[in-house]
Amino acid sequence: MPLSRNGNRQPYNDIYAVAPVSLTYQRYSTQPAQWWIGAALRGLVAASGIPHTAYDGLSLASFTLGPDPAIAMTQHFGMTTRWIDSMAMGGASGIASIRRAARALEAGDVDIVACIAADTNYTDTFRQLLAGFSRFSQDAVYPHGAGGANASFAHLTNAYMDRFGVTREDFGRICVAQRQNALRNPRAIMKKPMSLDDYLGARPIVDPLGLFDCVMPVAGAEAFLLMRGETMRTHGLTGARLLSSIERHNAFPDDPVQYRGGWALDVDELYGMAGVSPDDVDVVQTYDDYPVIVMMQFEDLGFCPKGESARFVSDNDLTIDGSFPHNTTGGQLSAGQAGAAGGHLGIVETIRQVTGSAGTTQVEGARLGLASGFGMINYDRGLASGAVLFGGEGI
Amino acid sequence: MIVQRQRPPRKNPLQRTAAPLQPPARRSRAAQGLTRAAAQGQFALHTCQACQAVSYPPRDACPKCLSENLIVAPVPNGGTILSVTTIQISGEPYFRRLVPARQALIALDCGPTIVAEVRPDCAAGIRVRASLQLDKAGQPVIYARPEHGDANSDSDPHWRELVADPLHRRCLITDGRNPVALPLAKALLAAGAAKVVVGISERWKPFAEAAKLEALGSVELVDLDLADDQSVSALASDYGAKTDILLHTALHLRPGSVFSGAELLKARDAMEVSYFGALRLAHHFGPVMRSRGADRDNSAAAWVNLLSIFAHLSWPGFAAYSATQAASLSFSQALRAEMRGSGVRVLDVFTGPMEIDWLEHLPPPKVQPSAVANEIVAALKGGEEERWVGDVAKDFRERFTANPKEIERDLWQQ
Amino acid sequence: MTMNEPTSPIALMTAALASGKVRVVDLTQTLEPGGPTIVMPPELGQSWPVRIEPISRYDDSGPAWYWNNISFGEHTGTHLDAPIHWITGRYLPHNSVDTMPTSLMVAPACVIDCSAESATDADFLVTVDFVEKWEAQHGRIPPGSWVLLRTDWSLKRGAAYANLDDTGAHTPGPDAELMRWLVEERDVLGVGTETIGTDAGQGGHLDPPYPAHHYLHGAGKYGLQCLAKLDALPAKGALIIAAPLKIREGSGSPLRVIALVED
Repeated sequence: MPLSRNGNRQPYNDIYAVAPVSLTYQRYSTQPAQWWIGAALRGLVAASGIPHTAYDGLSLASFTLGPDPAIAMTQHFGMTTRWIDSMAMGGASGIASIRRAARALEAGDVDIVACIAADTNYTDTFRQLLAGFSRFSQDAVYPHGAGGANASFAHLTNAYMDRFGVTREDFGRICVAQRQNALRNPRAIMKKPMSLDDYLGARPIVDPLGLFDCVMPVAGAEAFLLMRGETMRTHGLTGARLLSSIERHNAFPDDPVQYRGGWALDVDELYGMAGVSPDDVDVVQTYDDYPVIVMMQFEDLGFCPKGESARFVSDNDLTIDGSFPHNTTGGQLSAGQAGAAGGHLGIVETIRQVTGSAGTTQVEGARLGLASGFGMINYDRGLASGAVLFGGEGI
Repeated sequence: MIVQRQRPPRKNPLQRTAAPLQPPARRSRAAQGLTRAAAQGQFALHTCQACQAVSYPPRDACPKCLSENLIVAPVPNGGTILSVTTIQISGEPYFRRLVPARQALIALDCGPTIVAEVRPDCAAGIRVRASLQLDKAGQPVIYARPEHGDANSDSDPHWRELVADPLHRRCLITDGRNPVALPLAKALLAAGAAKVVVGISERWKPFAEAAKLEALGSVELVDLDLADDQSVSALASDYGAKTDILLHTALHLRPGSVFSGAELLKARDAMEVSYFGALRLAHHFGPVMRSRGADRDNSAAAWVNLLSIFAHLSWPGFAAYSATQAASLSFSQALRAEMRGSGVRVLDVFTGPMEIDWLEHLPPPKVQPSAVANEIVAALKGGEEERWVGDVAKDFRERFTANPKEIERDLWQQ
Repeated sequence: MTMNEPTSPIALMTAALASGKVRVVDLTQTLEPGGPTIVMPPELGQSWPVRIEPISRYDDSGPAWYWNNISFGEHTGTHLDAPIHWITGRYLPHNSVDTMPTSLMVAPACVIDCSAESATDADFLVTVDFVEKWEAQHGRIPPGSWVLLRTDWSLKRGAAYANLDDTGAHTPGPDAELMRWLVEERDVLGVGTETIGTDAGQGGHLDPPYPAHHYLHGAGKYGLQCLAKLDALPAKGALIIAAPLKIREGSGSPLRVIALVED
């Protein structure tokens, strides 16, 4: 097994993600987050055949579970676990939950971890979430126009466009390709085709962002099980093997405006630990709350040099059958952002892709998949970044 | 040349008066450190006493050296815009009424990167000056305008939300016999006030300033006896809905000792106009002002309480007077709480001894009534909540904050 | 005389009132906030003006009833001065309003018209000579009478009524010798005026200062001030009813002053 760049990290030892579950999103839900967690658990049982009472680990991510902590779910759903994790890293929660659960599985602290992200969306949930998102945001950002994440990403987008000469058309190519992918995903919220002109002509939200640069907040859940290979085989299941992972928080704090994420610090380790290179990746799921973040990931994850994403997206076809299959569900931009589950969407899809179970969105022959996460605009930038590589059969 | 905004047209009586809405009001305790600076018109941020690093947003320890010794201290307010955006859509009802809103990311010369509302002529790369302001929820926000060019931000409706500019507003001075009244009326009119109504008590007594006040134009003298509920009520029935800025200037200053039998009467007389007068004004003017906090461009905007520094500490030889000031300060705090959510700013103006006949025995420095008047208007234009006028007042503020017992003893010597 | 004709004085008066042969004239100003009061230098103690504060008015403080709290100095509005009000009367017996003999609360009035003189001279001082001319026409002032100085001042309002300038108030009143003469030579019950005080506005500059207060109260006599409608009274023949509130050791009291006048 290859080791990391610095040789210090232990490779993952026979850790698998199985039973990918995606619930159909709803624009607004009358049900609380607990209901969505219950639905996700039912999905895991149906997909794995393993009763939920046999899950001895739970890794949960949710913005809207309050006042419950994760542990309350054990009693709520009749589970007796010996390992619990609660992820509060927004769109990086999925990556982080895999990293923590994998090591606990290797150590034998736990056998089957249910990784679940679920959020509801009542009619006023999103505004309340923005108003109290973080202390820095509440003190120093939100009162200045209450633009929410849109305004923060508008600044990142502005600065990125200025720095690298990127245009709205360049961002539009990403969004248009994802919409094409979404039309093949029956669970996607956005079901209408979108042209580049549609994208450019959309209602302005926070300049330069238009309506189709912004994700739609929805209710939903994503889930999968993480277990050792022996457990998986005992239950007669197949899954995606965890090859490597990275995670970083508050990277490059001295950059006046964020134009790169923590991936740039750790990208060599990501590929080095898996013994692969970016060219080997068959399918990529980036975290796409806004297209500017997608471009940063293309660069920071080694698919093109810094500042050349615009050319990269015009040189490539980002659709399922294209030269660079990307966000094959339509991503959050077209499938919707189900709160903390936004970071799990790409992971669950990657599990499907590399195990050949993605159905209508399947990239032919996909065996090596990358899923990336990004999260927590605590103040003026996203703090968390992370990525994982999953391999299918033969990798 | 500054082109002044035109006076808004008369109100359409068939249209609903816009109800006051509140911007997001949640803040951490640390952020309230900025509230005091904003209230006093200062630009001050958390500054580490160990390593001098300036940090923002407000923190509980220095991000450079982890010292917990962070003091909100004045810092240079210059900066360069990194990015500016226009918020077209907001989920908050308050901002939905106000969009578009200009928001910028600004690198301050003193270190931190801040998010601020900015004047519409701000663009990426330009130099700006930032100021801490109180928003309609009474909470601190930052506003920035270009370092060069027009100093007047009045054309920006977002700026107007942060201040209580007298421009085009109708003002009521409640005690025209206070020597501050004449220069105050002048200063308000010079700032573009549409009208200044001046209450005069006991008009059967000679009032030498009447002619001078009337000569200013746009001044109306009215009967107002703050000690008489019926008088306050009668004025409110005519002017309650037309008072945008109320300036409570009651002055009843008599020397006296708590050992003197006369003190009780003096205290009651002083309380009648200062504190009870304020209560009567609150009862008859308060509710309608509160309801008009978002009534177009010349909404009800401010309530000014002219107070003495001796609201904070009794002045030897002026026991009753000091007590009325302390009571009036308490009133002001109560009023501010009642006005929360209305957008009507409650401004406390603290002065040291003024240059008036009752205080001729005091050596200088004393505050000229005209200086008080000008500073009231400046504080309104700056959207402040607290202003200390004159050298004695500023000296008092500093020493009283540092050690109230020191200044208490020192006053005994005077 | 038939059996049905009244004979007792009270019955006769009742009949006269009923028939209108005797009219009741109100000599009282409305007690209201905002009215001028005596002015003292501001460093001295100040009399409270009239204040009326509602307790409830069919509202949340009292749903079915209306009432007020009122406050005022003893010498406010149409009011009576008792001897104890002035230093010269401070040791006299029965010198306060609560001990004032009730028999004195009904008394005849002599109305001396100096309205023409007051109209041209706000500082007009009524002299012994002036009153002797009045006596020549109407007869000697009987002992125990109110002497009422009709100046028509009560027709004025506000600043004109107080008539203050930088040298103080300018309102008509008796001169010092007249006051001594009325008290010592005529033994009047008291003096009544339409102005703020029984003394002239500039009475403080006479010798003795404030002679009306000095002589009246020093001799146990009374003052009535801020009277109204003295023009409705005959020079002689009116009967004044002036009963102050029974305030313990009160130095004076607002009161309703009425006059019975024969047609």
